[in-house]
Amino acid sequence: MSREEIYVKLNEVFQDVFDDEDITVTDATTADDIEDWDSLEHINLIVAVERAFGIKFTMGETTSMKNVGAMVDIIAERAG
Amino acid sequence: MPTVKDSKDTIESMAEAEFARFRKAWEGVANRYHCTIIQNNFEQPFFRLMGNSDVSDIHGRLNYINRLNEMFYGYSQNHETFHIHDCNYQASVYGIKRWADPADWYRYKYAMAVSAIPDFAFSLSHIIKSIYGKNKKALTLDLDNTLWGGIVGDDGPENIKIGQEDAVSELYSEFQEYVKAHKDLGILLTVNSKNDEENAIAGLSRPDSVLKPDDFLVIKANWENKDRNLMATAKEINIGVDSLVFIDDNPAERAIVRDSVKSSTVPEVGSPESYIDVIDSNGFFEVTGISDEDLKRNEMYKANLARQQVEDSFTDYGEYLTSLEMKGEILPFAPMYLARIAELTNKSNQFNLTTRRCSLSEIEQIASDGRYVTLYGKLTDKFGDNGVVSVAFGHVEGKICDIDLWLMSCRVLKRDMECAMMDEFVRLCRERGVTTIVGHYYPTAKNKMVKDFFTDRGFTMADEDGDGNRLYELDISAGYENKNRYIKVNP
Repeated sequence: MSREEIYVKLNEVFQDVFDDEDITVTDATTADDIEDWDSLEHINLIVAVERAFGIKFTMGETTSMKNVGAMVDIIAERAG
Repeated sequence: MPTVKDSKDTIESMAEAEFARFRKAWEGVANRYHCTIIQNNFEQPFFRLMGNSDVSDIHGRLNYINRLNEMFYGYSQNHETFHIHDCNYQASVYGIKRWADPADWYRYKYAMAVSAIPDFAFSLSHIIKSIYGKNKKALTLDLDNTLWGGIVGDDGPENIKIGQEDAVSELYSEFQEYVKAHKDLGILLTVNSKNDEENAIAGLSRPDSVLKPDDFLVIKANWENKDRNLMATAKEINIGVDSLVFIDDNPAERAIVRDSVKSSTVPEVGSPESYIDVIDSNGFFEVTGISDEDLKRNEMYKANLARQQVEDSFTDYGEYLTSLEMKGEILPFAPMYLARIAELTNKSNQFNLTTRRCSLSEIEQIASDGRYVTLYGKLTDKFGDNGVVSVAFGHVEGKICDIDLWLMSCRVLKRDMECAMMDEFVRLCRERGVTTIVGHYYPTAKNKMVKDFFTDRGFTMADEDGDGNRLYELDISAGYENKNRYIKVNP
């Protein structure tokens, strides 16, 4: 799966979780850029991403991801 | 958690202290909010430090958890408004190693895997639904390939699969045992099957059939559509069609009933080996306390059907009422009936003037509050005991008594019970020096039948707002004439 393909799917997940069709994420996006991205929505987001790509993040990964780019790195590696 | 170094006494007092901590919280909540309490029990840990001994050795974590759970259950057995949610069972069903998700716990402080939450919530909802009186009341069952294997009309009653002769027969027998056990819990059983009635009876009359024709309150074995039979059954027993759970092996029949009766409950029961699991997991009949009413319910409904037949044989309705030899027990709230009273406030929709719902704790409080005039009405006749069928209470302020709640079960409609209740209510009010009784009618989608209840009882309408909410008054300062003619009250 290329990064472009991952982003297509990932944007859908973000739009769905935050219920906002205008959201487009990039490598540099962080929680500060999306208004509703609080700790509770973060849980829903992680679970939704895991479901969408059929992967499971390890604890270390979820706590160390600095931005969406880091998340995509892991998905690219894991989802093959 | 105990360790292997702890003595028996230490572990004992650890458990006591832990239990005391919980009990203090429960008592605090109960005293402050007078509410129903639901407590999760502890689920078993996903690892076993001592291996198999973890369950049996007093130092084992599992042994300790089971001990605490037992203490919780003991508390629950002595407190009617305290319920245990069996989280432990849910975890086992889900798989304890998938249920426990250390990552979800440490990241989010979620006590179980995120994906297990829906199952947990569904299970919890059964208890809440049951407390609010929303349980189903009856199982309506198909016969062929539902209660036995084969088709009785084609194969003959001697060839259907039931009994202990082979694997398939044993399976259906177990299902029949499961169904029959519901009868003891007060769940009504009825048949809804496309069959000639005599074939249906012949199948149920086999000596090795667990369920007998007599176990069913209504048997609809005919060639009418099943949705119509379902509606007719509900009408005959006088319960809502949404209180019936329809069990049928045929997906097409299920679809027809589901589509034509919107409020029906028709679970996807799958194949015979999954019937029990599907019915059980749906929590249709979740028990949160068994009342005497529950245990006697089948007899009561049978007596009702008998009454109906006698009524049809009288031309004069008054003569019929006299023939019933009715006795009423109409008294202030008494401890042994409080659970039933709370249940009625949550279940009654039609004959209910204010549709006020009350938890058991609220009813307990009202019963012990001197400002309230309270009454429950129990009705017995020659066919049997109807149990507590009517409830009323109002609060007294000065010379006015304001009726907060007035309801009656529809199964004793037109029996003069509403008159007998009002006579007693007025008598109690007069004893307390009340001169005016105030009544309210708040319309809902279901209570139109009591729109003119207070007018019929001699009240005068004082006000009606745009939503149809009505305010009534009855002046009792100059006296009151009793209206009940057919019920002997508190003999």
